[in-house]
Amino acid sequence: MPNHVILRVVAKVLIPVIVLFALYVQFHGELGPGGGFQAGVILASAFILHLLIFGQRETRKIVSLRLLRILGACGVLIYAGVGIASLLLGGKFLDYNVLAHDPVHGQHLGITLIEIGVALTVSSTMVALIYIFVERLRAAEE
Amino acid sequence: MEHLQVLIVLVPLLSAPLCALLPSGRWPWLLATLASWATLAMALVLLGRVESLGPLSYELGNWAAPWGIEYRLDYANAMVQLLLGVVAAVVMPFAYRSARQELDNDRQPGFYAALMLLLAGLLGITATGDAFNVFVFLEVSSLSTYTLIALGRDRRALTSSFRYLIMGTVGATFFLIGVGLLYSLTGTLNMADLAERLPAVASHRTVHTAVAFLVVGICLKLALFPLHLWLPNAYAYAPSAVSAMVAATSTKVMVYVLIRFLYTILGVDFSFGRLPLAQILMVLSVIGMLTASAVAISQPNAKRLLAYSSVAQVGYMVLGVSLVSALGLTAALLHMFNHALMKGALFMALGCVSFRLGGTDVAQMKGLGRSMPWTMAAFVAGGLSLIGVPLTVGFISKWYLVLAALEQGWWPLVVAILLSSLLAVIYVWRVVEVAYFQPSESRDIHREAPLALLLPTWILVLANVYFGIDTRLTVGVAEQAAAALLGAGR
Repeated sequence: MPNHVILRVVAKVLIPVIVLFALYVQFHGELGPGGGFQAGVILASAFILHLLIFGQRETRKIVSLRLLRILGACGVLIYAGVGIASLLLGGKFLDYNVLAHDPVHGQHLGITLIEIGVALTVSSTMVALIYIFVERLRAAEE
Repeated sequence: MEHLQVLIVLVPLLSAPLCALLPSGRWPWLLATLASWATLAMALVLLGRVESLGPLSYELGNWAAPWGIEYRLDYANAMVQLLLGVVAAVVMPFAYRSARQELDNDRQPGFYAALMLLLAGLLGITATGDAFNVFVFLEVSSLSTYTLIALGRDRRALTSSFRYLIMGTVGATFFLIGVGLLYSLTGTLNMADLAERLPAVASHRTVHTAVAFLVVGICLKLALFPLHLWLPNAYAYAPSAVSAMVAATSTKVMVYVLIRFLYTILGVDFSFGRLPLAQILMVLSVIGMLTASAVAISQPNAKRLLAYSSVAQVGYMVLGVSLVSALGLTAALLHMFNHALMKGALFMALGCVSFRLGGTDVAQMKGLGRSMPWTMAAFVAGGLSLIGVPLTVGFISKWYLVLAALEQGWWPLVVAILLSSLLAVIYVWRVVEVAYFQPSESRDIHREAPLALLLPTWILVLANVYFGIDTRLTVGVAEQAAAALLGAGR
């Protein structure tokens, strides 16, 4: 949409705010409402807005579908990796207590890492879905 | 060692994203195969531990049982995990050549990732002792099944996958509603805790509603007779390796969930004493056994034929469940295991056929007995097992089912079982007759399937014979499991 100046300017202002809000929801998740899933969806919506306004080609320059696939898989690996780490440190699966020197820090560290994994997978899957849908639409138009 | 209970789910779950990250080619398959062999090894060790230590319990994240998620393993689920391990360990090596022919190259990593997720989901359903966790893993396995079925070569795979998606989602949602209603009454999701708290509120109408939702939801997923319509197309149009994997495992796991809910959580007195569930399940399973077998006879496609036969075989299992006796449950659990062996072998034999012919229409298979002798011999052996000929596993489980029916004096059931077996003779014979006694019309002679496909198929065929002769392992474990399930309900 090259002609819609207002949309483009507003989007440019909004996208950083959306990303910032996503980070807030992400890292405030262990204290208040929020968490990895919600933050991931909000983060993805920033990319989707970018795609709607500037077109798929521009968005793909920032994150390619390949990168999204890798990030999505990495999110799951981070989640499971925390569980494996707690196994290796002598605890049970996903027992965060053993991750740091004292249990409270361990719980903080564990839940933070896991929520990062969730956010990564959720946001990259959402954006990847949009990419695939847009590609289908374009293929149908041509 | 105590971590094995969670590792058996974790290994396939972790190898799924790793498969997706690997470049297409040999590596994703290699990882998936190693993971499934590891699963089989862990399932064997776990069964041994259950035998020596009794029921095992594992608290995830070290949160104590009624609040945290507990993994609980006794004979019944250890047996189902062993079944899953055996089938996965055989199907994965088979998948390589078959998937390379049937799928685009860039889809391979995703294909193995989805197969691993399916395995992880099914193992998770059996591993967990938490009713809501069952739902989560049910969705993990179902979502991966939908994608796997949609990968089929035939475009009809898409519609059959979509139909399964709708029906499967309805089933899973009903299951979730049922679990939610139970939670609203008892305030707990742990299976053992639910079993303790439910008798106090058993007269509550909410419990009855919950049971209705649960049973209908589970029966949709296990394809009991009137709720089976999604199954034939889903099995028929999926890629060969997926048909073998899904047909051999997913409905069996849902039969396990049915047994777990009716016997362990709701208890025998409630689900069969207060509610007429035994009668309902018995009538539906007998109708399913007979009609699905009859419909199978007229199927033009061999994979669809086997799919209808699966609906009939699910009838045998649910019939065993509905007899509410130690023998009946033993028969149901045995048939779960044995049916996985025979359907796995049969669908893999058809995978070999489809590898050379590009399809599995019965009419295409003329003269195959001569040109693909090993493949068709495997099909015949699997078919004999399906019919229930002595010296095969099919005979063992039908024998126990007949014994269980006779124990309660249900003569008509014995007649129904025999009649359904006779129908099985007819539909297996149809394929055999075309393959062996009708000369090939086309000029091009099909070569025998490659060893990479034949070897896994024959391993399962030989397992059919082995477990049909040496029944110490299967019958022993099934009897122990049945005794434990009935004991838990009292």
